[in-house]
Amino acid sequence: MQSRLRALFDALMPVIATLAALAVGAVMLLFLKVNPIEAYNSLWNGAFGSTNALAETLVKATPLLLVALGICISFRADVINIGGDGQMIIGAILGTWIGLVFVDMPGWVVITLALLGGFLGGAIWGGIAGLLKAYFKVNEILSTVMMNAIAVQLMNFLLRGPMIDPSQAQKASKIPQTARLLDAFHLPRLVPTRLHLGVLIAVVLAVLVYILLWRTTLGYRIRAVGQNPHASRYAGIKVQRYVVLALFLSGAFSGLAGVVQVYGVNYRMITDGSASGFTGAAGFNGIVAALFGQLHPILSIPASILFGALLVGANSMQRVVQVPSALITALNGLVVVFVVSSEVWRRRRQRRKLAVVKDESASKPEQAKVPIEEAER
Amino acid sequence: MKKFTWILTLVLALSLVLSACGAAATSAPAAKIRVAVVMPSAINDLAFSQSMYDALGRIQTELGGPDKFEFVYSENMFVVDDAAAAIRDYATKGYDLVIAHGSQYGSSLQEIAPDFPKTSFAWGTTVDTFGQPNIFAYEAASQEGGYVNGVLAATLSTSKVIGVVGPIETGDAKLYVDGFKVGVLAINPNATVNVNYIGSFSDVALASEAATTHIAAGADVLTGSAQMVVGAIGKAKENNVLWFGTQSNQTSLAPTIVVASQVYHWEVVLREIITLIQGGTLGGKSFVANLANGGEVIEYNPGYALPADAKTLAETTIQGIIKGTTTITLP
Amino acid sequence: MISDLFSATVLIGILTSGIRLATPYLYAAIGETFSQRSGVLNLGVEGQMLLGAFSGFYITLTTGNLWLGVLVAMLVGALMGLAMAFVTVNLHAQQGISGIGFYLFGLGMSDLLFQKLMGTVETVQGFPKIYIPGLSDIPIIGEIFFSQNILVYGAYLLVPLAWFVLNKTTFGLKIRSVGENPEAADSLGVSVVRVRYFTIILGGTLSGLAGASLSIALLNVFQQNMTSGMGFIAVALVYFGAWSPVGVLGGALLFSMVNSLQLWIQVLGIPVPSDIAIMMPYVLTILVLVVTVSKVRAPSALTKPFERED
Repeated sequence: MQSRLRALFDALMPVIATLAALAVGAVMLLFLKVNPIEAYNSLWNGAFGSTNALAETLVKATPLLLVALGICISFRADVINIGGDGQMIIGAILGTWIGLVFVDMPGWVVITLALLGGFLGGAIWGGIAGLLKAYFKVNEILSTVMMNAIAVQLMNFLLRGPMIDPSQAQKASKIPQTARLLDAFHLPRLVPTRLHLGVLIAVVLAVLVYILLWRTTLGYRIRAVGQNPHASRYAGIKVQRYVVLALFLSGAFSGLAGVVQVYGVNYRMITDGSASGFTGAAGFNGIVAALFGQLHPILSIPASILFGALLVGANSMQRVVQVPSALITALNGLVVVFVVSSEVWRRRRQRRKLAVVKDESASKPEQAKVPIEEAER
Repeated sequence: MKKFTWILTLVLALSLVLSACGAAATSAPAAKIRVAVVMPSAINDLAFSQSMYDALGRIQTELGGPDKFEFVYSENMFVVDDAAAAIRDYATKGYDLVIAHGSQYGSSLQEIAPDFPKTSFAWGTTVDTFGQPNIFAYEAASQEGGYVNGVLAATLSTSKVIGVVGPIETGDAKLYVDGFKVGVLAINPNATVNVNYIGSFSDVALASEAATTHIAAGADVLTGSAQMVVGAIGKAKENNVLWFGTQSNQTSLAPTIVVASQVYHWEVVLREIITLIQGGTLGGKSFVANLANGGEVIEYNPGYALPADAKTLAETTIQGIIKGTTTITLP
Repeated sequence: MISDLFSATVLIGILTSGIRLATPYLYAAIGETFSQRSGVLNLGVEGQMLLGAFSGFYITLTTGNLWLGVLVAMLVGALMGLAMAFVTVNLHAQQGISGIGFYLFGLGMSDLLFQKLMGTVETVQGFPKIYIPGLSDIPIIGEIFFSQNILVYGAYLLVPLAWFVLNKTTFGLKIRSVGENPEAADSLGVSVVRVRYFTIILGGTLSGLAGASLSIALLNVFQQNMTSGMGFIAVALVYFGAWSPVGVLGGALLFSMVNSLQLWIQVLGIPVPSDIAIMMPYVLTILVLVVTVSKVRAPSALTKPFERED
């Protein structure tokens, strides 16, 4: 019973940390002569206060969840993938291209192809970073940071050029957007709001990723490579291959996030040309969501919803109390730092549990084969 | 039973008519106008978004203060998705006019406007109202001011090499730069106009190096657009190179070398839109802020000694554009 | 047209611009090198740079004293470094992510303070170019290397200094040992906590200085989000430079010079689409690294929190 309570406390840790960060934010709000209660009330309402708000929260959470799933895979292989933004872009480009070219095929065919295309596009972009790491020792942080920038420019080039909306091409101003996807290709809406099928796809995939990581050999090997590359190599696992695979898969999920945004939300690929004009930094926010969910695919679901709620609610708060958006960004940062710092309590308890287990096994040498709980990173 | 329903309907109809009359009677004094604006960059970007924010402030003062004219804003909405949520939210909250101040917001407006037939939407910078009865469209003919700046630049340049530092080749910036180039070449077909789009709205360091590169390539007059030009202006100042600004008055940044700036006075457009809304028309018209209606104004830097003949040429050009005798053909 | 690129003006321009542009990357990346050598990844450099840029600028604007501005910028960076150190070393937070949090915080706070304390864009009189009698007069070389302002010189002097500290001092040895094998270092009496606190705070200080170099030396202005991703590039350059200050110098120069090259390509009107030109520094950085296959490994304890076995 106690361990279940403890587990609940662990799961709630991100929430408590978020509240602590918001408390600091309240001080900042006071400095700006804003009533924190009114402000946070509007934050709550903006995220959960109506059907529309809930829908917006879930719509925001969908790409976060998809990226987070990919991060769960890569971090478990001890590979840091901060290339989510770039992988989203490339996946979206491929997926959108499919929808623009195959206009004569039935809707569900195109949607499926587009999702696969997005998956593939992101996978390729992540895979390149993986190959660079495995075979050329190019660190993934360097390659993904660079490839993010390259992807943005590629998107700008394509969206202002070959893939531009024909109606824009005539105009002098040339907004970087593609033509609108045919109605048949839109991801169906679930409720009369902006909530679309993508959210269900993401949840289903979360379950699949869980199965992948804990119920398949592949998943086991990915985790083994992450925890102890030397032992894994000794056991015959080709570590290089799994590093590439980890980036390939996590890129794929980010790519999927990109194509879901296009087919479910905007029905076209559009940007303003800036670095996060298309992605809205979902590639980074997804990493945060994954951490909030303790790098566990199932826990990433509520984590993404929480973080999505924070983002949506904060925007709503900005509208209601008219604080500068800079405050929202700073608040976002505080939440991340606080939540990340709160891990310490969970880890301390984990270590104590391990220590207890060690003591017990020390006094009973015959029963030394104690299953060690996976140490969280 | 039938008689009862007949009486009920009569009573209902009567009460409706009475309430409508009552409502009409009480709506005689002008209600407070509530406006919301969604912008892609910061309100102090010294460029696109700030121009609209300042314009709204001016209207507010004109109409008598926050009691008569209330406006709220959402800035840095460069992600279309967030902007769409903001536009929808403002509409739900019952604002009379929701301004979507960004050309990338069009597709979102197309979806949102039909859901709020009582709200008026304004979309800039474009001329497309999608045929919707509650969407206004407005744009700035930035190429006009660009043309005038270009004419002046060509006149004042001794090296006949002129540099442009742009952000991304799209939207308002593209219109301005294209117009500028045409203006330069209209005065001097042999002048060299080097255009550099640095690929970012915010990278001040890269903008400054772009300016340095232009100067090293021989430019003695520069211009540019978007918030990162502050870096370019700094380098222009250092090297005594002349600067032409757009979207806001940039004199304060380099009082010795800024010649003139094309300043947007969106109030010209906003006044018309507000009058129409008060009169019951919620959309369906498009507006242009240009030199003719004062939506664009070339503001000279009084601290820069502009030669009289150059000034005359500029004024003639402006008149020419206004009267239509000078046409600007964009590439 | 491409032959235009090979003129003296262009080559001199690329070198001068490149050296100038590299300055903030150098400060930030060398600071990050110290942290990473001790085993800590700090992705929050961008946030530290922005807050440093703003505070340095604001102090200079209000007091007129450039050096005070530099000092405050470094102090602000150090404070953020202190916070990062606490979160990383004491609370064992996930390093990649805590960095992102600090980045967002720095981005937001710098903009918020800018809006509330300044309101509009202003300029200051930054550090002037320093004229070194004799050296600055050398044709071409003098123009490229010896007509920069003091913060630029500072960045380049930092390179041999950092190399010396890391490789030739006892403290440098401690830093490296903590980064390679903190358990062993700990058992030998090296305080892992103290070393990491030092390197992280040093990293923050240098990032703050990097920001100041932008706002009160190179650009003389502060604008919202003016670094626009430089901090992340700086972190990437540490990997490029294989955790060596000299390598980092090479990376910063390569990146900046290719950036300058692409500017020239556009200015000269060479028909390359602007988006493709802008890609060049990023692509080339990866390519160079691919071609120069390095055998250097990362510090083994990089990103792994150190927890004392009780």
